[in-house]
Amino acid sequence: MSTAGPPNSASPQDAAGPPDVVAELRHVDKHFGALHVLKDINVTIRRGEVVVIIGPSGSGKSTLCRAINRLEPVDSGEILIEGRPLPQEGRELARLRADVGMVFQSFNLFAHKSILDNVTLGPRKARGAGKAEAEAEALRLLDRVGIKDQAAKLPAQLSGGQQQRAAIARALAMHPTLMLFDEPTSALDPEMINEVLDVMTSLAKEGMTMVVVTHEMGFARRAADRVLFMADGLILEEATPKDFFTNPQTDRAKDFLAKILQH
Amino acid sequence: MDYVSRFWDVITQYDVLGAFWLNITLTFWSGLLALVLGTIAVTMRISPIPSLRAASTVYVNVFRDIPLTVVMVAMASVVWMQLSVSFSQTMSWDFYILAIIGLGVYHSSFIAESIRSGVNTVPLGQSEAARAIGLTFMQSARIVILPQAFRGAVAPIGNTIIALIKNTTVASVTGVAGETSGLMAELIENSPQFILAIFLTFAIGYVVIVIPVGLLTTTLSRRLAVKR
Ligand SMILES: Nc1ncnc2c1ncn2[C@@H]1O[C@H](COP(=O)(O)OP(=O)(O)O)[C@@H](O)[C@H]1O
Ligand SMILES: [Mg+2]
Repeated sequence: MSTAGPPNSASPQDAAGPPDVVAELRHVDKHFGALHVLKDINVTIRRGEVVVIIGPSGSGKSTLCRAINRLEPVDSGEILIEGRPLPQEGRELARLRADVGMVFQSFNLFAHKSILDNVTLGPRKARGAGKAEAEAEALRLLDRVGIKDQAAKLPAQLSGGQQQRAAIARALAMHPTLMLFDEPTSALDPEMINEVLDVMTSLAKEGMTMVVVTHEMGFARRAADRVLFMADGLILEEATPKDFFTNPQTDRAKDFLAKILQH
Repeated sequence: MDYVSRFWDVITQYDVLGAFWLNITLTFWSGLLALVLGTIAVTMRISPIPSLRAASTVYVNVFRDIPLTVVMVAMASVVWMQLSVSFSQTMSWDFYILAIIGLGVYHSSFIAESIRSGVNTVPLGQSEAARAIGLTFMQSARIVILPQAFRGAVAPIGNTIIALIKNTTVASVTGVAGETSGLMAELIENSPQFILAIFLTFAIGYVVIVIPVGLLTTTLSRRLAVKR
C-alpha cells in the first residue's frame, strides 16, 4: 500500500536550504462525474528522485501526473510543491507551474511557432528574460537534446522524436524543480523511442527530480528510484524497481507485468 | 448607344464613387470595431471566469438574433434622439459614428462566432502546454490560442466581412446620407426611365468590391493554415 513521507518533512519553516521534499500529495481524491479516478492518493517526491508510475490504461496515471501542477484540479486532499499548497487558478498558480516542467504524450509544441520560439517563450513571457539571453540558453538546450540544427523550423517539420526532444528542451528552459512526463514515448515510432529515453536517462543521472508515467520497463529498471503501480485509481504498490519487477506483491501487478513483459 | 450616353449624362451628375467610398469607409471602421469587440467577446468566452463566459454568451446571442435594421434604427432613434448621445458638432457626423457603432456591434457577434470556430481547431494540448510553462490565461490566449484561432478562422471571418460590406447599405436608416442605397433610391426617383441601368451600376459596383475580398480570403485561409 502507499506510504506518505514523514508528516512534517515538507513544512517550509524547518528547512534551511530548499526543502528536501519537492512534491507531496496527501489524501488526494478526484472524480470525473461518477467515476472515482484517484482514491486517497498519498505520494511524496524527494529532491533528485525519479519516480516511475506504471499501471494499466485508465488507472488514473495521467490524472495523477496532471494533478501535480493542477492542470487537473482535485476534489479533496492536499498537494504541496516545495511545501506550499497549490494555489487557485491565477497568477500565483502560473508562477508555480513555471517551476514544474511537463512533457506530454502528444508533444504539444506550439504549432505556429518555430522550435526556438517554443523554447524561449516561457523564459521570456513567464520569467521576463531578455531575447538574446533566452535564445542563447534555448540553443544550448536544443544542442543538448541534439536538435540545434532544427531551431528555425516549425514543429510539423520535425519527426516525432525530434518534437518530443524539443518539448523536453522547452520544459528545461524554465529550470524546473520537478519534471512531469506523461507517457512521453507512447506516440512515437519504435525507432524514435530511444532518442527520447536517452535524454530522459541523462536528465535522471544529473539529478533532475522526475515523475514519469511510462510503459517502458527498461527505462523504469534503469532510471527509477521508485516504482508506483496504479490500478483503478489506487496506488497498489510502491517499491524499488528491483523489488517490484522481481517480486510484485499484488495479483493486479503480477497480471500486468506478465502481459507487458511478454512483448 | 443613345440609351447609354443619356444614362451616362444623368449618372455623372451624382457622386457615385463618393457614395461607394462612404460605404467602404463604413466597412473599414465598423469592421475594425467588430474585430476588436469580437476578439474581446471570444476571450471572455474561453476565460476561466464563469461570469465573463456568461456575459459573452448573452452579448453574442443578443446581437446575432436582433435584425440589423432594428439595431440601426435603435442607434438613431433611441441612442441619438432619446438619450441625446452626441459625438460631434454636426448631425451627419453623429449619424456616421452611430452607424459605425451599430454595424460594428452587430457584426462583432458574427466575428466572435467565427473566431470561436477557429478556437475549436486549436487542440486542447496547446493551451495545456501554455499553462504548463507558466503563462497566465491572458498570455496563453494572446500568444498561443488566439493567433492559431485567427488563422483557422480566416474563411468565416472573410464571409462576415463580405456580409458587412453589403450591410453598410443599411446605414441609411441611421440617417447616413450619400451612401449607395440612399443614392440609388434618389436616382430611381429622379430618373425612373433608367431603373435597370441604375440597378446594374450598383450591383456591379458591389461585386467589384466583394470579389477581391473573397479571393484574398481564400488565399489567406490556405496560406495561414497552421500545419500540425
Ligand atoms: N477529462 C475527463 N473526463 C472524464 N473522464 C476522464 C477524463 N480524463 C480521464 N478520464 C477517465 O478517468 C480515468 C483515468 O484516466 P487517466 O488518468 O487518463 O488514466 P491513465 O493515464 O492511467 O490511462 C479513465 O477511465 C478515463 O477515461
Ligand atoms: Mg494516460
